Amino acid sequence: MGRFIYRRLIHGLIVILGVTVIVFVVTRMVGDPVQVMLPLESTPEQRAAFEKKLGLDRPIPIQFLEFMGNMARLDFGDSLWQKRPAMDIVFEKLPMTILLTAVGIGFACVLAIPLGIIAALRPGGAVDRVTVFGSLLGLSVPQFWLGLLFIVVFAVQFKILPTSGAGTPSHILLPALTMGLPTLARLVMLVRSSMIDELNRQYVKTSFAKGLPFVRVVGLHALRNAGLPIMTLVGWEVIRSLAGYSVVVETVFAWPGIGLTAIQAIEREDLILIQAIVFTAAVCVVVINIAMDFIYKLIDPRLKLT
Amino acid sequence: MNTSPKAPLLEVRDLVVNFYTRGGVVQASRGVSFQVDYGQTLGIVGESGSGKSVAVQAVMGLIFNPGRIEGGDIFFKGRSLLDPAGKKRVRQVRGKEIAMIFQDPMTSLNPVFTIGTQITEVLRHHLGMTKDQARKRAMDLLDMVDINAPEKRLKQYPHEMSGGMRQRVMIAMALACEPQLIIADEPTTALDVTIQAQILELLTDLQQRLNVSVILITHDLGVVAQLCHRVAVMYAGRVVEVGDADQVFAAPVHPYTRGLIRATPRLDMVTERMVSIDGVPPDLISPPKGCAFFPRCDQAGKACLRMQALIALGDDRHVSCWCAAKEVTR
Repeated sequence: MGRFIYRRLIHGLIVILGVTVIVFVVTRMVGDPVQVMLPLESTPEQRAAFEKKLGLDRPIPIQFLEFMGNMARLDFGDSLWQKRPAMDIVFEKLPMTILLTAVGIGFACVLAIPLGIIAALRPGGAVDRVTVFGSLLGLSVPQFWLGLLFIVVFAVQFKILPTSGAGTPSHILLPALTMGLPTLARLVMLVRSSMIDELNRQYVKTSFAKGLPFVRVVGLHALRNAGLPIMTLVGWEVIRSLAGYSVVVETVFAWPGIGLTAIQAIEREDLILIQAIVFTAAVCVVVINIAMDFIYKLIDPRLKLT
Repeated sequence: MNTSPKAPLLEVRDLVVNFYTRGGVVQASRGVSFQVDYGQTLGIVGESGSGKSVAVQAVMGLIFNPGRIEGGDIFFKGRSLLDPAGKKRVRQVRGKEIAMIFQDPMTSLNPVFTIGTQITEVLRHHLGMTKDQARKRAMDLLDMVDINAPEKRLKQYPHEMSGGMRQRVMIAMALACEPQLIIADEPTTALDVTIQAQILELLTDLQQRLNVSVILITHDLGVVAQLCHRVAVMYAGRVVEVGDADQVFAAPVHPYTRGLIRATPRLDMVTERMVSIDGVPPDLISPPKGCAFFPRCDQAGKACLRMQALIALGDDRHVSCWCAAKEVTR
């Protein structure tokens, strides 16, 4: 177990290192922050001073070493846009995105698992057909459009939920729903097909022959075996929500999370903040992956952690 | 039907099971009848697809969609398991009074739970034992099926055990609530020959020691001759011959039974080469109207185009064949 954690941490570090190298190179290739940040009429002297302040006047390798050193201390420097430490901004916004993801994915799981199981119990039955149809519908709707639709219906038409922003618990409903629905659509299909597979296995027959209650056979014996593919998708969806969907959903609903912040930082060519956000996203992906490996092991004892 | 001391432990009467598939209605069981008395071993033989497994799964209430039980009745200790009250009873009876051992031990156990969990859950559910009680009983059970170091075994997962060992675990699980009937559906088919012998020996030994009734489904006539008191031969969803095992083997009446016995290799007789039965079993979506064996039978006559019910040949011996009927009436 210790060996496993050690190896995974090394792997994770390599991934994060790779990501930071890419971020470092890309942010220095596209655009010139000095031109963006300073007014057009600024003098060359002012520009040089500003370059020096950012350390952009030194050779690239030196810049890189310094960058890595600062990164190890989680110090990316001050955001060019907000004039305060970039990591402070990240730590302020990240919890909002985690909250949104947790509610969205949680909602998807709570609905997808029972629905998928019920559909799997009678493939081709009424519940199954409705589920599959609804799921296909959910898969084909673009997320941003779904968000706008929700705003039009619930906020503008019925005026029962706020259009955007955060603050009260009701603010999270629409963005979380928008976040969770595509996940729900994918998840319900997977739960259904995995459960159909498992319910046809011999051990299910054995469990029934043992006289165990229906709920125990389906909800414990079969579901735990279906757990591996289900958890794989859930993990993947969490990652995609944190580091992907959040950008779209938070923009549509002006949800003050890391996704919206990323868009704003990009618009302002705030490379310090972009670096901090991308770095954080990479760390999130690595951490979730390690967590998923532990969950796999909990579900299926046959797996060896190596 | 009331419980009477004379009622057999299990009686299956004219059982009809159909499977509604896309290709058509598969008539897996077309009026199967047999019975098992207390402390007796019944062997059910027949080729694949003859409806052996379907018949016993119906007893356990294990016929799932798209299968349906559409006729006949099953009596356990004189009470129906198919009437409205019976369906409830099936759930209490299975695993407790009737237990089942399956063909493939590699897939019959749940891979993600320990052996201990899988044995104790039966005890806790049916007998309401506490965790500790169930664990102690599980250790005794493993001991009973000759698994050593039971304490250690309880914590293991199925993949940490061999096929023979897993089948022993299945047997231990079946014995958990001291059932009166054990249904073993080809319990040795998936095992090595040497392990087969061990498992069969264990089953016989337990059957005699615990005086439990057994239904043994098998392809192996040798096993039936050795272990079973009575034998039922099935063909195309029907029982074609049933009776005392020794009698059936000594003097088979139905042409199919004769063919089966002739097709079995023997060590004690240097005879001509093994004779196979020509032809293939009928399609159960549209089985022949009369005797299903008719197209393959060398003694077939006109009468065979009509259905022949089981006729008594005296002494608990029945056969479903017009030729035999002629012999009887003659």
